[in-house]
Amino acid sequence: MIVGQQPILELQGITKSFGGVEALRGVDFALYPGEIHGLVGENGAGKSTLMKIIAGVHTEFSGRFLVDGRDMHFRSARDAHAAGIAMVHQELSVAPDLTVAENVFLGNQPINALGLVQWRRMAREAGEQLARFGIDVDPMARLGDLPIGLQQLIEIARVLFSGARIVILDEPTSALSPPEVERLFTTLRRLREQGTAIVFISHFIEDILLVSDTVTVFRNGRKVAETASAATSKGALIEAMIGRGGEALEHSYTDDLTLPQPSGSKVILKASQLSLSRSLQDVSFEARAGEVLGIYGFMGCGQQELSRILFGKLKPDSGTLAVEGVPKTFASTAAARRAGVALVPESRRDMLFHQEPVYKNISISILDRISSLLLKPAQERDIARRQVEQLQIRPPVVGLDLGMLSGGNQQKVALAKWLTYPPKLLVLCEPTRGMDVGAKNDVINIVRDLRTKGLAIIVLSTEPETVLSLADRILVLKRGALVREFKNEPVSKDRLLEAA
Amino acid sequence: MSSETALATRQRARGLAPFLRSQMRNIAPFLTLIFLTAFFAFASPSFATLDNLGNILTQVSVTGIIAVGLTFVILCAEIDLSIASIANVTGIAVAYFTLQESYVNIANIPLPGAVAIILSLLLCALLGLVNALGLTVIGIPSFIMTLAMMQIAAGISALLVRGQIAYKVPSLITTLGSGSIGGIPWIVIVAAIMLLGGHLVLTYTRFGRYVYMVGGNREAAEYSGLNVKLILGAVMVISAVCAGIGGMLGVAHFGSAQQNEFDTYLLDSIAAVVVGGTSLFGGRGGIGNTIVGLFVLGVLNNGLDHVNIDSFLKILIRGLILLAALVINVYAQRLREKAAE
Repeated sequence: MIVGQQPILELQGITKSFGGVEALRGVDFALYPGEIHGLVGENGAGKSTLMKIIAGVHTEFSGRFLVDGRDMHFRSARDAHAAGIAMVHQELSVAPDLTVAENVFLGNQPINALGLVQWRRMAREAGEQLARFGIDVDPMARLGDLPIGLQQLIEIARVLFSGARIVILDEPTSALSPPEVERLFTTLRRLREQGTAIVFISHFIEDILLVSDTVTVFRNGRKVAETASAATSKGALIEAMIGRGGEALEHSYTDDLTLPQPSGSKVILKASQLSLSRSLQDVSFEARAGEVLGIYGFMGCGQQELSRILFGKLKPDSGTLAVEGVPKTFASTAAARRAGVALVPESRRDMLFHQEPVYKNISISILDRISSLLLKPAQERDIARRQVEQLQIRPPVVGLDLGMLSGGNQQKVALAKWLTYPPKLLVLCEPTRGMDVGAKNDVINIVRDLRTKGLAIIVLSTEPETVLSLADRILVLKRGALVREFKNEPVSKDRLLEAA
Repeated sequence: MSSETALATRQRARGLAPFLRSQMRNIAPFLTLIFLTAFFAFASPSFATLDNLGNILTQVSVTGIIAVGLTFVILCAEIDLSIASIANVTGIAVAYFTLQESYVNIANIPLPGAVAIILSLLLCALLGLVNALGLTVIGIPSFIMTLAMMQIAAGISALLVRGQIAYKVPSLITTLGSGSIGGIPWIVIVAAIMLLGGHLVLTYTRFGRYVYMVGGNREAAEYSGLNVKLILGAVMVISAVCAGIGGMLGVAHFGSAQQNEFDTYLLDSIAAVVVGGTSLFGGRGGIGNTIVGLFVLGVLNNGLDHVNIDSFLKILIRGLILLAALVINVYAQRLREKAAE
């Protein structure tokens, strides 16, 4: 901490709840000029909520909010912007069809007396700004034609050079290649010398340790540690993030868990050297009958793309898939389904029909098995009732519109649609995200039960607990490449985070 | 469990009002129909007669036949702007393949009636298939694809008739288009059968379920392993074939086949489907709605003739009614989404 200086931003006792659930509990936070402040914590620990309060996105909260020692209350992101606070969100928010220069000057293009855009001046100044950032690119090129990492760098550059005194970067490095990360860090350090205060949120603890002066750790909506970066280590930070002892509500997987000996059963799916532009590089693995393969990685590591490739929703640039030894190129999701592959994506909204009754949601994937031309509603309801009973979906009313069910029960319906005629391979993305403990345990038990029936199951998750509670074998995906395999050996949350 | 209690509360909160709100898309068109009927019955003594009911039924028949296929398309959250053109070209084709009187100056190819009908049906199915391929394989939005097809079909029509008018069509088409049995026009019977058929397909077949599911949430349909492109392609072909049948019978009904004969049917068919309450966002509505929509349009068109109104004002009134229906359509969707949450 920097002594004898007034913080540029100070938060005291910030509490924020969403629908009765406290996302932040009495958090104090101070940011000094010329400081790079790293923020770490698990998904849902409260980092993003705090940053959205600072950036004026969330305006309802309790606690004091001071800028330059004066009380402030932002009513919108525009207020925050006026106070010199800018944020780069995790998702790209660029205009791909505009030129690089237009993106850099988005919203304040230089204009002449007639109100016409001064293209030449804009291009020149954009080029100069980006050059200071070490980016050598034609300012008149269409932004969307550039690689994603470069687009992200340009977006970051735009915010950094917008004149903001406080810049918040949310996961800025997840889509960047190592040299791009280095370029970003050089610029951050230069801005620090000019007195800009920077908040740097990342899952990549090495990055945080490398660039930040101070690190703050969040856990369950509380600030649990704040230390100088030089005085801590990756291990210590991970420990602070996940906590030891009785604080976690459920099994915390902080201790080593030994993965079983690989069974050597039949290979159901073999993926070889799957690559997809910047998302995946040479990903190869096998999924076996009666085994749960866990694939762990941070947000944006390529899990989503991988799952879509397995289900025929995305086509890989290169690489092959084989189901039970037969090479497959899925032309559609229907082809993947016929080959015995099923996917439950992370978003229930994408998977379910909220305005249709539960039984239609369950029967949709198997209609061609139970009826050739005419529907058999009675049989559909019977099948749905059996699934509802087996998976304990509540309320057990198959005629109820799906939208009336709670999130956990919706997730069970998403599973149920594949279970009447079980697939050979079941791919689950974030199967327990956003669920209460009871529903989580139910889903975990369902998946374990399916494994004993001989399905090959792949669980992709950004939550280490989910992977650890289900998987027999764990692959770690980092920036689109498989970097580590855990099998028949001890594994814990620390080790997973360490590997990713 | 907390989620259980939350659910129970939500269910308790659902009384009559939310139910009505969720059913607004079915109720509003029906109320409109009752209101319009009452209004015209009050305003004109010649409106509410059995004879006039027959008139209305006959007047909406061609629109009804075309609207059957369009209902499938709109249920999938797509649109088909080529239906009127395809109706026109199919009607012209069936005349083109029929022996005309000597004074008709068209270099046509006379064929037996059955062959003429089959060739014409193949023509409209083929045009529908082109729509389908453009939409699904190439990925052209249906709005643009069918706009192009509208022009293509009009072009084929122009080449076939070259500004002339043909009068003869196969006798089966003449009977179905302008004949009647037991006092009931055949065209009304055909429209009723096609509407019923469309309803049965949508309600009782697997394909019909797929149509609703693809329209309800296309992403989810794909994640459920449905062949979404195949279903979208099929509805485009169905739409074109329905339009073609409407066109053939229409030509017989009007007594002639010529260029631009069906131009008003595009707007009428879309209006019938949308006024009836089928959601423009897909997945909600059906043939029942289309039937109500057809009656609303039929009563309106027919009623305005009975009340002796400026015929130029009629066009404006129809436009305003369509706008009102669109507003209700969009609101109904929003209310339903709210009720579902």
